[in-house]
Amino acid sequence: MISTRNLPYLAALAIFLLAYAACVLQFPNMLSTRVLGNLLTDNAFLGIAAVGMTFVILSGGIDLSIGSVIAFTSVFVAVMVGSAGVNPLIAFAAVLAISTSFGAVMGLMIRFLGIPPFVVTLAGMFLARGAAYLISTQSVPISHPVIDAIQGFYFRFPGGGRLTAMAMLMLLVFVVGASVAGRTRFGANVYAVGGNPQSAELMGVPVGRTTVGIYALSGFLSGLSGIAYTLYTSSGYSLATVGVELDAIAAVVIGGTLLTGGAGLVAGTFVGVLIQGLIQTYIVFDGTLSSWWTKIVIGLLLFTFIVLQRGIVWYSDRRLAEGRLKEA
Amino acid sequence: MNKALAALTVAFSACLASGVSAQSLTVGFSQIGSESGWRAAETTVTKQEAEKRGIDLKFADAQQKQENQIKAIRGFIAQGVDAILVAPVVATGWEAVLKEAKEEEIPVILLDRQIEAPEDLYLTAVTSDQVHEGKVAGEWLVKDVGDKECNVVELQGTTGSSPAINRKKGFEEAIAGHDNIKITRSQTGDFTRTKGKEVMESFIKAEGGEQDICAVYAHNDDMAVGAIQAIKEAGLKPGSEIKIVSIDAVPDIFKAMADGEANATVELTPNMAGPAFDALEAYLNDKKEPPKWIQTESKLYTAADDPMKVYESKKDLGY
Repeated sequence: MISTRNLPYLAALAIFLLAYAACVLQFPNMLSTRVLGNLLTDNAFLGIAAVGMTFVILSGGIDLSIGSVIAFTSVFVAVMVGSAGVNPLIAFAAVLAISTSFGAVMGLMIRFLGIPPFVVTLAGMFLARGAAYLISTQSVPISHPVIDAIQGFYFRFPGGGRLTAMAMLMLLVFVVGASVAGRTRFGANVYAVGGNPQSAELMGVPVGRTTVGIYALSGFLSGLSGIAYTLYTSSGYSLATVGVELDAIAAVVIGGTLLTGGAGLVAGTFVGVLIQGLIQTYIVFDGTLSSWWTKIVIGLLLFTFIVLQRGIVWYSDRRLAEGRLKEA
Repeated sequence: MNKALAALTVAFSACLASGVSAQSLTVGFSQIGSESGWRAAETTVTKQEAEKRGIDLKFADAQQKQENQIKAIRGFIAQGVDAILVAPVVATGWEAVLKEAKEEEIPVILLDRQIEAPEDLYLTAVTSDQVHEGKVAGEWLVKDVGDKECNVVELQGTTGSSPAINRKKGFEEAIAGHDNIKITRSQTGDFTRTKGKEVMESFIKAEGGEQDICAVYAHNDDMAVGAIQAIKEAGLKPGSEIKIVSIDAVPDIFKAMADGEANATVELTPNMAGPAFDALEAYLNDKKEPPKWIQTESKLYTAADDPMKVYESKKDLGY
């Protein structure tokens, strides 16, 4: 069961549990349903976007447009609902259609024009951010019975914690994402494209369709993440969520997905998101540390995990070579 | 054995008792970031004010991001703090998290900026009155020039920003009815030193020097410092030939005042936390509801207020 490929994921899980235990030792209050509920709710939008990013990175690509698409979504929904008086559910459907086709177009350019994902999604990042500014440069408040109802909906844990609608949405996205990656043909194709696109093509994997599908999925989940963010702040603001794509990449890599693609787990990304949330929670509980420590710790974790992954790749390559030597 | 148990019980209950009787408050403070010198000074002063009162302050810097502020507020609630201070980065999107705080009966006080939310979600807001700041500056000038003719040039803040609009309005209110004082030129200097200097240079060229410019009104001290340089480079004497009045009271303007190159400044105090803590203690101890808006004092400083001493007291606050 424990293969070397899963080692980074298990390491991340162990780090999370150990770190959480250490936090609880120092602040017993941190072992409460409230903190757990907060971890899920506060990181819901990041988690949803990070699932999309997991697929992109598994395929060996990158999507830098996520943060901007989230901001665009929130401004778009806020203006539609807040100023134009559209029903939120219609606005959600419209914005998901926009963000999904936005992702699909980026996928098409990556596949059929042969432009690196980094460049295409960088352009997408500027485009989406610019579009958000175009709609409104001010923070637009939303107030609508449907939005209030979704916001006010939660299950109360014993101890005062809340499982909010946003947290449930994130958990659902993770479960669906994990089964798509692990149990469907599309998921298998994503791993194949990320492992080696040439051999995938030779094996008959529809690389073009898969690539477009991956970026469309990432666009869809960015839109969904934007909806979660809109619910989270009940407003839209074009300056919001700058750099969320980088947090998502960090969550994916800390969760054990290989940055070069082909190996990793959606469940690992969940752990990666929780680790980031835990660091922030610890800093708030401590109350004297500079919040920039979040970045420093995440930077150190990233270095550690990249080195760990490199080591594992090197180790399994050597074992493969040894095996071949024995055969010869 | 029994004795040991008894001793333990006593020690334990003593522990509990001391935890209750020590009236020290724990207050969480969610700050926007440290984007300007004033903001950094506000953070420093808040920490000082908390220490003075024996308040345990939990500080969280949001790095200009609302999501970080919401996370921090939720974290404070989970921790069970006694109160929360927030300097909100934007005006919208606070209702859900403030409702959570209200359900836990944790009072929230807004610092420095107002928000768009029902008033019952926060205890009070401590901010300055920007119109009043402009008014204080204008009233000083009215008193200082008396009946003499005085042409004023105005260095506005960033176009469309609320301090620029309000500080202009307040100044105009103060000089209304004093026909000897006229604003002859008014342009934006974007709140910066360089722009302030550039705009002042063009004013001097256009107006032909001290005969036609009697005073400069700058919406912040940084632009005033730029204007002082421009005036000096034109061979004129700032502070005497051309009077300088501005707003904010940052340390550098006191240096200029000590050198006789600036005349007056109106303080935008970085001490928003002091009045906030006072209101909070009154609320928690005596159940006294504060008003929904606590206006900070807009104090006028002139050369008569020992500018060097003020400079010394302000220079280490992080401006």
